[in-house]
Amino acid sequence: MDNSLGRSPDEVQFRFRDDEVADHGTVTVDACCDQTNATAVRIEPGDDARVLVPFLDRLALIEVNFPAYTDGRGYSAARILREAGYTGELRAVGDVLIDQLSHMRRCGFDAFAPDTPLDEEDAKRAFATWDNVYQSAADRRRTIQELRHE
Amino acid sequence: MYKYDHYDQAMVDARVEEFRDQARRRLEGKLTEDQFKPLRLMNGLYLQLHAYMLRVAIPYGTLNSRQMTALGDIADKYDRGYGHFTTRQNIQYNWIKLEDAADILADLAKVEMHAIQTSGNCIRNISSDHFAGATYDELVDPRPYAELLRQWSSFHPEFTYLPRKFKIAVIAAEKDRAAMRLHDIGIQIVEQNGEIGARFFVGGGMGRTPMIAPMIRDFVPLDQLVTYAEACLRVYNRYGRRDNKYKARIKILVHELGAEEYTRQVEEEFAHLLGQGIEPPRDELERIKPFFADPPFEDGPKMVDRSDPDFALWVDRNTVRHKHNSYVSAVISLKPVGGIPGDATGEQIRTMARLAKQYSFDELRVMHTQNIVLPHVKIADLHALWTELDAADLGAPNLDTVEDIIACPGLDYCALANARSITVAQRISENFAAKRRTEELGELKLKISGCINACGHHHAGHIGILGVDKKGKENYQLSLGGSEAEDVSLAKITGPGFDEDGVVQAVETVTDVYLKHREDGERFLDTYRRIGMDPFKEALYG
Repeated sequence: MDNSLGRSPDEVQFRFRDDEVADHGTVTVDACCDQTNATAVRIEPGDDARVLVPFLDRLALIEVNFPAYTDGRGYSAARILREAGYTGELRAVGDVLIDQLSHMRRCGFDAFAPDTPLDEEDAKRAFATWDNVYQSAADRRRTIQELRHE
Repeated sequence: MYKYDHYDQAMVDARVEEFRDQARRRLEGKLTEDQFKPLRLMNGLYLQLHAYMLRVAIPYGTLNSRQMTALGDIADKYDRGYGHFTTRQNIQYNWIKLEDAADILADLAKVEMHAIQTSGNCIRNISSDHFAGATYDELVDPRPYAELLRQWSSFHPEFTYLPRKFKIAVIAAEKDRAAMRLHDIGIQIVEQNGEIGARFFVGGGMGRTPMIAPMIRDFVPLDQLVTYAEACLRVYNRYGRRDNKYKARIKILVHELGAEEYTRQVEEEFAHLLGQGIEPPRDELERIKPFFADPPFEDGPKMVDRSDPDFALWVDRNTVRHKHNSYVSAVISLKPVGGIPGDATGEQIRTMARLAKQYSFDELRVMHTQNIVLPHVKIADLHALWTELDAADLGAPNLDTVEDIIACPGLDYCALANARSITVAQRISENFAAKRRTEELGELKLKISGCINACGHHHAGHIGILGVDKKGKENYQLSLGGSEAEDVSLAKITGPGFDEDGVVQAVETVTDVYLKHREDGERFLDTYRRIGMDPFKEALYG
């Protein structure tokens, strides 16, 4: 994980993928459902991520916007997309702060574009906050309960 | 009692380090107060009127003497010598310095305790029946299920920024001692066709819009418990209102959608999540259960020597039937006449810890009524225990009486309060004690909140008092007929409010009405339900 940590050329500050950054402009969820060729979409907090499920195959980038870090709907959106089998880039954008990184990562985000760039060292520590986890989530880490009974 | 393994301990240690780092970044100016606020809240640290307040989690209200001793030491070392037990079976300290907070958390971690998720818009500490594992009337001990949910809800990645705070209670008896249906999720462990499972009630709460949770599922099999809870939370996280803080609790979502539609959405999400394999292995519950096994009870005397009337009164009032007939659960009242409900000194906390070790298999419980339970006391030891409690000012014989008042911290401490609660509680208990009417009134649950947020559970009081601000003056609304128990109901306001003297008198007036009308064996609540509001109104406003 640490190797892939670093600034990429655009506004994406942290990226945990080896493929090329997909930086076509994003469209809204409504436009994505109407437009057959869109490959990048941006989810706002009030959008229902599930309407994207039929289009996941053609999407290379889904941005989830956090206008305010206190609005946690994007965490559910991210997990729902991963649960539906989405494997493209899932990017958290907006009011993304150090202390949300570890949870966002667990919910399936693999790219982070904070409005205000974060301290690299603080972020590195934040991504590594949990040696182990109590819940099964999109990162599919083995849980503490599973480790206890293996 | 549950004991951390190295995984649990590492989680708490990681959180202490994380908070140290957050506090450092705040001090270095890398975090604004706005950004720091939810982080300190997630660690139980509130900014109150005069100082920081730290709230420490006591999972399902159960703790051992070593933990209790540490709580007493923290009161002396970092506070002004007091701890305050809360209506959610936690303890809070009202005079904390920000720079000490990380050290306190480290002291707590040494005894397997923490302040994680005791505030903030996340799943809070899970509460339960304070007589769990001791009472004669439970189906099973509810705490293993509460512990399973404690682990699931700790640092949940999806549910840390919910629309609003989220409270879960778990019980396993028909008798509800945890105000279960006044929680965001109330879970009752039940038996159906010989199988144990969970009944879910969702969307209860107090606050400014009190609601009783409707049942949304009568039976969830135990190997789907966490998955079902996850579905309930996900629907709430996605669709709970975020436009208005006062309409953001799940009760509003359930109310606006209707219980049926909310249930439909949960069931749909549940069906989806079942395919995701998120349920912990069934063996985990089996691993947890032995931690809550019965201590080695021994047969002994089943009666006490009643020659000392003070002792006999305390036994009658403050001890509760146990599942073993040579034992009782003994309640230590933190409601001395004229005292601050729920407060204990560091010394008293350590005394209770010592007595728990000596007389109750090293175990204590915090009640949501802000008292302490020694769950397993040998009847033969009761006199010795009472003698020590009495000497430590912990022997008030007033469980469930008009002196056993729940009160929030109110305007004396809380930044949200509109009126003082503590002084009203003190005056009411002094009034009834002075007139020696407490015993005569029997069970009478009086609850006082200093603002509309209802931390003092006034909606659920047989008699409830709500402090409001009326043109710059403290004013108290009286309400009658609430209950948080299995006969759950919400109290109704009597009419115009009173000033402080007036409300103390008004409480006496309504108890007079009760005594005048009561029939054999009726509690205040029963009489109110039978005769209705009118006779009380007549006496109050005539």
